[in-house]
Amino acid sequence: MIGEGLQSTNQRKHSFVQDRVEVGFFTDPSVCIGCKACEVACKEWNQVPDDGFMWSGNSYDNTGHLGASTWRHVMFLEQDRAKGNQIAGPMSLDQDPFRWVFLSDVCKHCEEAGCLEACPTGSIVRTEVGSVLVQNDVCNGCGYCVVSCPFGVIDRRPAPLPDSGGAFKCTFCYDRQKSGLVPACAKVCPTESIVFGRLDDLRARGAERVQQLQQSGYNDAQLYDPTETSVRGIHAFFLILGEPEAYGLPPKPQIPTIYLKSAWTSAFATAIASIIATLLAFAFFS
Amino acid sequence: MPGLGTSFGRGGATTAQQDLANADCILIEGSSMAECHPVGFRWVMKAKERGATIIHVDPRFSRTSALADIWVPIRAGGDIAFLGGLVRHIIENNLFFRDYVVHFTNASCILREDFRDTEEGATGFFSGWSGEQCGYDRKTWLYGGDRGLSFPERDLTLQHPRCVLQTLRRHFARYTPEMVEKICGISPSLFHKVADALVAASGPDKSAAICYALGWTQHSKGVQIIRTAAILQLLLGNIGRPGGGILALRGHASIQGSTDIPTLYDTLPGYLPMPRGDGSEATLRDYLAHQTKPTGLWHNLPAYFISLLKAYYGKNATAENDFGYNWIPKITSNHSFFEYLYDMADGKMEGMFMMGQNPAVAAANSRFERAALSKLKWLVVREMVEIEAATFWRDSPEIEHGELKTEEIETEVFLFPAAGHAEKEGAFTNTQRLLQWRQKAVDPPGDARSEAWFMHQLALRLIAKAKQSNDPLDEPLRALDWWYPEDELGDPKMEAVLAEINGWYTNPVAGGGGPGGNDGIVFGVDRKGNSHHGPQIDGYPRLKSDGSTASGAWIYSGVLGPDKINKANSRNSKDYLGHGWGFAWPGDRRIIYNRASASPTGEPWSEGKKLIWWDGTQRKWTGRDVPDFPVEKSPEFRPTGNESGLDGIPGDSAFISHEDGLGWLYVPSGLQDGPMPTHYEPLESPVHNALYSRDTNPAVHWFTRQENRFAPPGDPRFPFVLTTYRLTEHHTAGGMSRFLSHLAELQPELFAEMSPELAVELKINNGDHISVVSLRGAIEARALVSRRIRPLHLNGKTVHQIAMPFHFGSAGPVKGGATNDLVPISGEPNVTIMEAKALTCNIVPGRLPRGPAFEEWLNKYVPEGGPPNLHPEQPAAGAPCARAGGGHGLEGKIDTR
Amino acid sequence: MTSLTALLSKWPVIRQIRERSDGTGLEAMSDKTRAMHARIDDAQVARSICPYCGVGCGQLIFHKNGKLVSIEGDPESPISQGNLCPKGAASYQLLTHNRRETKMKYRAPRAKEWTEISVDRAMNMVADRVWESRRRTFVHKQNGNTINHTTAICHLGGATLDNEENYLIKKLFTLGLGMVCISNQARI
Repeated sequence: MIGEGLQSTNQRKHSFVQDRVEVGFFTDPSVCIGCKACEVACKEWNQVPDDGFMWSGNSYDNTGHLGASTWRHVMFLEQDRAKGNQIAGPMSLDQDPFRWVFLSDVCKHCEEAGCLEACPTGSIVRTEVGSVLVQNDVCNGCGYCVVSCPFGVIDRRPAPLPDSGGAFKCTFCYDRQKSGLVPACAKVCPTESIVFGRLDDLRARGAERVQQLQQSGYNDAQLYDPTETSVRGIHAFFLILGEPEAYGLPPKPQIPTIYLKSAWTSAFATAIASIIATLLAFAFFS
Repeated sequence: MPGLGTSFGRGGATTAQQDLANADCILIEGSSMAECHPVGFRWVMKAKERGATIIHVDPRFSRTSALADIWVPIRAGGDIAFLGGLVRHIIENNLFFRDYVVHFTNASCILREDFRDTEEGATGFFSGWSGEQCGYDRKTWLYGGDRGLSFPERDLTLQHPRCVLQTLRRHFARYTPEMVEKICGISPSLFHKVADALVAASGPDKSAAICYALGWTQHSKGVQIIRTAAILQLLLGNIGRPGGGILALRGHASIQGSTDIPTLYDTLPGYLPMPRGDGSEATLRDYLAHQTKPTGLWHNLPAYFISLLKAYYGKNATAENDFGYNWIPKITSNHSFFEYLYDMADGKMEGMFMMGQNPAVAAANSRFERAALSKLKWLVVREMVEIEAATFWRDSPEIEHGELKTEEIETEVFLFPAAGHAEKEGAFTNTQRLLQWRQKAVDPPGDARSEAWFMHQLALRLIAKAKQSNDPLDEPLRALDWWYPEDELGDPKMEAVLAEINGWYTNPVAGGGGPGGNDGIVFGVDRKGNSHHGPQIDGYPRLKSDGSTASGAWIYSGVLGPDKINKANSRNSKDYLGHGWGFAWPGDRRIIYNRASASPTGEPWSEGKKLIWWDGTQRKWTGRDVPDFPVEKSPEFRPTGNESGLDGIPGDSAFISHEDGLGWLYVPSGLQDGPMPTHYEPLESPVHNALYSRDTNPAVHWFTRQENRFAPPGDPRFPFVLTTYRLTEHHTAGGMSRFLSHLAELQPELFAEMSPELAVELKINNGDHISVVSLRGAIEARALVSRRIRPLHLNGKTVHQIAMPFHFGSAGPVKGGATNDLVPISGEPNVTIMEAKALTCNIVPGRLPRGPAFEEWLNKYVPEGGPPNLHPEQPAAGAPCARAGGGHGLEGKIDTR
Repeated sequence: MTSLTALLSKWPVIRQIRERSDGTGLEAMSDKTRAMHARIDDAQVARSICPYCGVGCGQLIFHKNGKLVSIEGDPESPISQGNLCPKGAASYQLLTHNRRETKMKYRAPRAKEWTEISVDRAMNMVADRVWESRRRTFVHKQNGNTINHTTAICHLGGATLDNEENYLIKKLFTLGLGMVCISNQARI
C-alpha cells in the first residue's frame, strides 16, 4: 500500500530465498500510471541493452512486446469502454465511452513452465522462490524454449546486441532476491501497481482488490491467474479490466511440452532400459 | 513567484506532496502530474484510495486523466474563465467557508472609491491604464484609507459595496457556466460536476488541494491563472490546512531553489529586490525606506538585506560605506532572458555563460535563439553532453538549410564537461520548499567538474586580476569575500557555502573555532587559515541590521545553525510531514500559513483536520508542524494600529508576510496586470474574447519583431490551437534524457497528438509524417491520432487542438524537430515568461523539404515581409512598448513578495 | 581423481541422478547461479536526491572503489519511499553512458570542428574573455545615477544546479562583476 514506507513489501528486506517461500508479482492496472519506470529500472539493474529506437504510433507504447531485451513491457490500451465510474469528459456524458488502460506485462513464471520443460541443456531452472531462471552461462541458444512459451515471453537476443544468441527473459531479479532485495521493477513502481511479495498474500490481496473495484463501478475487473490449464498457475498474475485477449494474454494458456514430457519420460526409460541391457550383456559375456 | 507570493505572502508551494494524501478532492490543472511528477502523484493515488475525488482539467486526456475520476477537456488558455466560473458559482451560491473567509482573507477590506473594474463597460481594462506606457498606474487598486496595506478598514459582515468580496462578486458575475462553455468548450453539466466535487470537499471536516505546473505558468496571463486558483482556495478555506493548499509542481530538481537563491536579474537571495538605477534607490537609506514594510515579516528587511551584504562583502562591508551598497550593480530595465536575447541578436551581447540549460531547443522561438547565438563573441557551455546550444555552429537546422554557415560564425565556444549529481555535494530545494542535501559518491570523470568548481576557479582568477588593478570598476571584485576552503579537487567546500547561506555572527572568534566543541562554529577559518567569522546563527529572527550578522539567504537560515547539524542532510523522518528529513524553509515549516488550520479562536477546525492549535494553558501555538505564526501571539490579540512588524498582525490572521496578515482574494499591490484575474485570449487565438472588447492582456510584452510575429485572432492560415507538454520518458530539452538509450527508446520520435476528427478532415492517418508550421517556423513530426484529444465547440465554432512534446532536437541518438521553433517569444507582465501552452499553427501533411528548399517551402506558408505586428493589439516594432524594457515593467518585478 | 569427481558432479545429469529430481531445480544450478547475489551487497552508499524534476526523490548511490555500481530509490524518504520514475531510474545511465562528455572542448572562431585543450588553459581564456568584455562594456553612471553594471555578458541556467552553486554564481557574476543579465528556467 502507498504510504507504508519501509513496511511495504516492495521495500522491506526479506529472506524468501533462504526460507524457500513462493513469491510473486501482482500487477494492477487500475493504479498504473504508464510511467514505464519498471521497464527502465529492470534494464538498469539487469544491464539489458536498448532494442532500437523505433516509434510505433501505437499509443505511447514504443516497446511493443516482451523479448530478449525487454523484460517488463507496459501496454497502452485505448478502448471504447468506461473505466469504472470515470467521467472522461464529453465522451462519458455523450454515452460514447473511452478509457486508457496501462498494464505492465512480465514473464509469468509458470508453475509448469513451457520454457523450462523444453530446455535440453538444463539452463532453465526453478529457484527456491518458485521463479523460472535462465542461466546464461549454461544456455547454448538452441531456442527450444522460445517456441514453448505459451505467452511469447522468452526470446533469443539478436546480434549485434551484447550476449547475442542466448535466450533471455525476466530473472525475477534472482540476484537481488538472494540478497534479500525486492525485484527492481516492483521497488521502483511509484503507485505500487506492481506488488512483490509472498504468492499466497498477493493472491488474497488480488481477490480483495477485484472485489473492491467491482463494488466501485469497475464491472469488468477480474484476475488473470490461470490455474486450470497446463501451466497450473503463474507467479506473476494480473488484475485486468475486460478480457485477457485485449492484453494479448491467452485465456487458456497451454504448454506445448505437456505432451513432450511424457514422450521424454518414455524415451528416457527406453534409454535406461537399453543401457541396462547393454551392461547386462557385457556382464553376461565377461 | 508572484502568483502565490501576492496571494499568500511567499512564492512557494504551500504544502508538502505527502500531505496530498489527506485531501478529499484534488484538482490538477495546468499539469499532467502523473506524467511529469510520477512519484509525487503516488500521494494523489493514496488520496484516491482513501476516497478522494481526483479532477484533471487539461486539453489532452493524458496519463493523469486516465487515473482521474473526472477529466475535463479545456481549450488551452481558457483557465481563468473556467476557474473564474467556479469562483462565481461559490460566491453567488454562498458556498464559501465563511468563518475562514471573514477572518483569514481580505474579503472584508474596503477598497478606494476611484477603483474601476474591467467589468465597467466590459472593456477589459482596470482603472489606471496608460496607453503610452503600456502599463497601469496602480494606486487606485490600493485599499481605502491612508494606512497603505497595514491596518485596513474592514467590514466583517462582507456587505459593504466596496469590500473585496462584493467587488470580487461583481468582477466574476459574467463568468457563468454558459460563458465557461463559450470560452473553454466545457459543458455546464461537466462544469457542475467539478464545482460540486470541490464544494463537497470544503469546510471544517474537509479540504481540497490544487496542483499546477507549467500548463498554468506559460501563458500571457500565467500569474493571474494561479491567482484565480488562490482565490478559489481561500474561498473554500483550503490554505494552511492538512489536505489543502496549492502545490506548484516544479519541473527541475531545484527550480524552487533557483528562485529562492536566484540566478535571476531582479531579485537577490530570499526575494530581496535588486536595487534599481533610476535614482529612486540611489543610497542604502533610499532602498531601505522604499522596500521596508511597516507591518508583517518584511518589516525586518533591513536586517535581511544588510546581513546579505555582509555575506557578500565580508569585513569590507561596513556601516561607513553603507555595507558596500554602492558596489551592487543597479538594474535599469528588464534584463530577463528575452530582453538580452534581443540584444544578442542585435550583436550587443559579447559573452554568455550557459549552465545546464539548452536554449537552442528549450527557448521560445528557438530558431531565432540559435541565430542569435551566432552573434556572440564567446560562449561558455557547461554540460554533460554535447547539447544543441553547444553545437549550433555545426549541427543546427539553420546550417542544414544554408541559413547559417559554419565558416562564417565567429563565436568562440568553450564546452566544459560538467559533473553529475552523484559526483558533487550540495542541496536542491524541491517543489515543496524542502532543502535536501546530496552526498558525493564518486569523483567526476576526466575533465568533468562541478559548477561550484568552475565558479570558484573563475573567481580566484578574476579576483587575482582585480588585485593587480587600481581601476575603480574592479572595486567590487576586490571587496568580494571569497574565503571558501577547498577540497582535493579544488572545489570549494559546499558546507562552507551552506554555512554562509545560513548565516553567522560576523565577529571572528580567535582560532576560528571549527569541527569539535560547542562554539557554534562550523567553518571558522578561511582558505588561508585566518579566522573569518563567529558562531552560526539560529534562524532569521536573529538577523540584525548593524553588520553584526551575515546571511546569504535569510529564508534558509536555520539549515546549518549553531548545533552544526546540516539539516538539509538529515535523513531521519519522524512523521508523515517528514520532520527530521531535510529542511523546509522557512524555519522547517512543512505546511505554511498553518495558523489557518485552527479556527479564529485557536481550536482545530475538526479532529480529522488538525495541525496546529493554541494551547491556552501554556499560552502558545503547538501541534504537528512548526507554527507559521508568532508562537506566543494569542488568537484574541488585536492590534491598535500603532504596532510595527509582526506585532501589527492580528491573532486571528494567518498570512504573516502580508502587511495586513490576510490572504489576498484581491491583490492591492504587487501585480502589473490587475488586482483580480481577468480572462484574456492567448496572444494567438482562434477566437475573439467573448467577455471583453479587449482580446489580450493589455500589460503583456509582445517583443514585436519580424522573426517573432503573431497571428491575429481567427487567422485562417493558422486555424489550429497548439499546446506543448512534457512526456514522462523525457526531461525538458532532452540533455538528460534523449542521450540515454534506456529513455530514448521509450519515446524515440517527435509526434503531434490530434483527434480522429481532425485527422479525417486533413486526410492524415495515424503514423503519417506531418509538417507543423507557425509564423515562427516549421518542424516535422509524426501524427498520433487518438480520441484522447477532442474537438471543442466554442460558441458554435469547432476548434481543433493539437499537442506536441518539446524534448527533441538535432543532437543525440534520437533526433527530431524542436517544438519551440514554433513558439513565439512573449512576456507575461509580471515575470516575462513566454506563452508556450497556447498558440496557433497549421498542419501540412507530409515531410519538410531538406536543405535550401526548406526556406522556399516556409515562405509559401509564412510569407516574409509586411509589418511585424500582425495582431491588432500589438505595438509596432520599435514602439516604446514593443519590448519589456523601460520603467513600468520593473516595479512589480522587484516587489518584495 | 577428486577433481574429476567434482567435475562430474557438476554435470546436471549426474546431479539429477544423485539428488533424485527431474533436473529443473536447484540441482541444475551452475556455480555462477549459486554464487549469485546483488552487486550492491558490498558497495558503499551515498545518500542523494534525484536530479530530474522537482519532486525530490531520495536516491541511494551505490559505489565501489570509486566507481558507481547502481542507483536506487531511498526507501526512507518521506516523499518517495523508495520509488523513482523512469528518469530517476535511468540516473545510473545518466552518469555512465558513452555519449557523456569528459574532455574539455574548444571551438575557435570560424572553425569547423572542436579542438581539445586543457581545462586550465580554458579557464584562463574564459577569465580573459570576461575581463576584456567587462572592461569594454562596464557602465558606471546612467542619467546621473550610479549603476555600475554591464549588460554585455549574460548568464543562463541554474535550475538543476545546487543552491550553493547558484549562490556563488550570483555572488561572483552580479555582486563581483556587475553582470545584471542573469536568468534561469524558473520564472513563476
